[in-house]
Amino acid sequence: MKVLMFGWEFPPHISGGLGTACYGLVKGLAHHNQDIIFVVPKLWGDEEPLADFVNGSDVSIDYREKRFKKIWKNLTYLEVSSFLVPYLGPEEYKKFTDYALHDRMDLDDSIFSTKYQFSGKYGKNLMEEVSRYALTGAQIARDRTDFDIIHAHDWLSFPAGIAAKEISGKPLVAHVHATEFDRSGQSVNQPVYDIERAGMHSADHVVAVSQLTKNTIITKYGVPAEKVSVLHNAVLDASIIKSRYNKKVPEKIVTFLGRITFQKGPEYFVEAAKKVLDRDPNVRFVMAGSGDLLNRMIDRVAELRIANKFHFTGFLKGDDVDHMYAISDVYVMPSVSEPFGISPLEAVRHNTPVIISKQSGVAEVLTNAIKIDFWDIDSMADSIFALLHYQGISRMFKEMGSQELKKLKWEHVAAKLVTVYEKTLSTRP
Amino acid sequence: MRKICFYFQVHQPYRLKPFRFFDIGDDHYYWDDFLNRSVLRKIAYKCYLPMNSLLLDLIQQYPGQFKVTFSFSGTFMDQLETYAPDVLESFQKLVQTGSVELLSETFSHSLASLKSKDEFGAIVGQHRDKIQQLFDGYTPQVFRNTELIYSDKIGEMVSEMGFKGILTEGAKHVLGWKSPNYVYHNSINPDLKVLLKNFRLSDDIAFRFSNKTWEDYPLTVDKFINWINAIPKNEQVLNLFMDYETFGEHQWAETGIFDFMRALPEAVFKQTDFGFATPSEILEHVPAISAIHVPTPISWADEERDLTAWLGNDLQDEAFDRLYELEHLVKKTNDPDILRDWNYLQTSDHFYYMCTKFFSDGDIHSYFSPYDTPYDAFINYMNVLSDFVLRVKEKSKQEMIA
Repeated sequence: MKVLMFGWEFPPHISGGLGTACYGLVKGLAHHNQDIIFVVPKLWGDEEPLADFVNGSDVSIDYREKRFKKIWKNLTYLEVSSFLVPYLGPEEYKKFTDYALHDRMDLDDSIFSTKYQFSGKYGKNLMEEVSRYALTGAQIARDRTDFDIIHAHDWLSFPAGIAAKEISGKPLVAHVHATEFDRSGQSVNQPVYDIERAGMHSADHVVAVSQLTKNTIITKYGVPAEKVSVLHNAVLDASIIKSRYNKKVPEKIVTFLGRITFQKGPEYFVEAAKKVLDRDPNVRFVMAGSGDLLNRMIDRVAELRIANKFHFTGFLKGDDVDHMYAISDVYVMPSVSEPFGISPLEAVRHNTPVIISKQSGVAEVLTNAIKIDFWDIDSMADSIFALLHYQGISRMFKEMGSQELKKLKWEHVAAKLVTVYEKTLSTRP
Repeated sequence: MRKICFYFQVHQPYRLKPFRFFDIGDDHYYWDDFLNRSVLRKIAYKCYLPMNSLLLDLIQQYPGQFKVTFSFSGTFMDQLETYAPDVLESFQKLVQTGSVELLSETFSHSLASLKSKDEFGAIVGQHRDKIQQLFDGYTPQVFRNTELIYSDKIGEMVSEMGFKGILTEGAKHVLGWKSPNYVYHNSINPDLKVLLKNFRLSDDIAFRFSNKTWEDYPLTVDKFINWINAIPKNEQVLNLFMDYETFGEHQWAETGIFDFMRALPEAVFKQTDFGFATPSEILEHVPAISAIHVPTPISWADEERDLTAWLGNDLQDEAFDRLYELEHLVKKTNDPDILRDWNYLQTSDHFYYMCTKFFSDGDIHSYFSPYDTPYDAFINYMNVLSDFVLRVKEKSKQEMIA
């Protein structure tokens, strides 16, 4: 089978989790000898040659093609000139708009030139790039007729997937890694939601990264349940990491690592920390990461008078991330809404027991973890205390967790995906 | 003759280096040597050296008539010894003239007077020792608390330590209709005299000198002399208290601040009935007119003249309380490194950097802060403090065993 796949980024040049998931999936599909044409807006040239890569920036659009005009017309609801950048926090957004207001491009000109230089990032012309990417998708679908099915990852590439389907008549699979409700809570960006919805409804089949995401797709986007399959993410490497980095403090360490934003539920971690520290002062809590709620968290920690035992590291990168996992005695992911959430699996690889919220997709695949409701700070405090003090349970989690990890392979995910492809192709009228 | 009292505060904190969570328990050196050295050298060049030489000229020109007063924090003196022995020497020369008085203060420019009487007494003693060591056995007689912080209770403690006078802010909300241009006394112990800063005339020099939007800009010696002469004849003293860095650092040389100071003494002698005196001389010759009641602490900072620049928000209060809860343990260790760090960590500047009052228009606070935000300042301080706590606990455990 040959798949025309639309992504937005691919390792090593990634800024989000989407690229990593695409990489795993492509690798898994290659393992099952599936042919993939993988399109990204911008190629860097140092990608691992797992697929037939197409660089969106190299594709020339043929304007004599009348059907493209129709596609373009259908895309005008994207409001290409709006400053909509859903992946930025408020502070970055401010910086972005300051910049964009003084440095606008003449949109129609650049859209209708024959080639277009994508940034391939979540940058200032994101909406424009998404629309232009749809034309690129249409052009590729017209030039390459050798594929059987189209597969598009997240809303950024949904318009490209829809256009390719319109031109080629081949079935479309829409893969949802996160929804606008996960990113923004109840204050969704309407244009993003509209694209997501259009993608799911135009698709012949929808793939969700968790049952949790599937439920969102059904209830918030009105997609019938039988049209949605759940394919959990996996890990590229399940081996246990033995770090030689040593802890420098005598206390046990409980860690939160991630963006400090509404979605990740940092405030519940702070409140639970207070409860634990009231009982056991020999613990240090660490909140690693950055985000728009950081200062509010610092204020709260000072107000609770626990700042001598609650630390902020700022954004961590490279080795520091590994060091952080390595010195943690408990890892907590209290996400309010997490379509999947790969970081607890990283913690497991470092032999660190984890506490995860029931509102995360990863809770569906990781059995040997404590699962709590993100808002239940008493239960969170109890669990932290238990993992710190009752060696039996943490030892069990360490052993069983690493066993479980070995089952989460991208080959398995890809095998299921092939079944989804086959089913989609066979049920087509 | 009526008296003008020029008092200059000279203080530099030991600024912390960026200290990360991963450094806790691992790295026990907290100070940003490079930053501290470069700040000190920069100010030495712009302010301390030229202003010291100007003052020496004036003292030699008007022997026994032109006088000034300094207060040096211990953290400043320590940095002088390390980074600027040339500046130390020029201060020593000034003190040797006999026309310069030195005040007592807390060694670490700390806020201990608000928290611990024991610690307050201890670091005042340390400061005295340092002054004696650097200035030929000189012993200060008059006290000046960190940031001119004063209350009736603080005054009482200071008087118990044997000082005959203290300097503080002539805060409007304390004075009401009264004038700062008299000598007052502490309301609990009348033996302690209180000198109040005339904040209008002091700040005309210290803050408004180069402010072009000020209606009286530019400030000339003639103008200033007119204001001095406008002081009612029965008011005896004019206390001009300011940071020494006013000269050349806060007000750059280009603003003419040095020329202003060079010309001022002669104009005072020729055109007014004022002379110059130091606090000790004033206390000896001018009797106190009445008690001054200060039930809640005042300071010379910001428009409010209260403590909110250093304490009051959650960040500051948390850091402050966490520091001073260690006092008992620290004292028991008797370890010179721990005691030095304990001293330097008390410096009020660390808490000043955590002030969120001016978060929005971030004027003067951000000018003095090495941090981008009060939150950064807080996190860094708490990381350092966490390491310090570990050291103190470890040390006291060792001593218990020994």
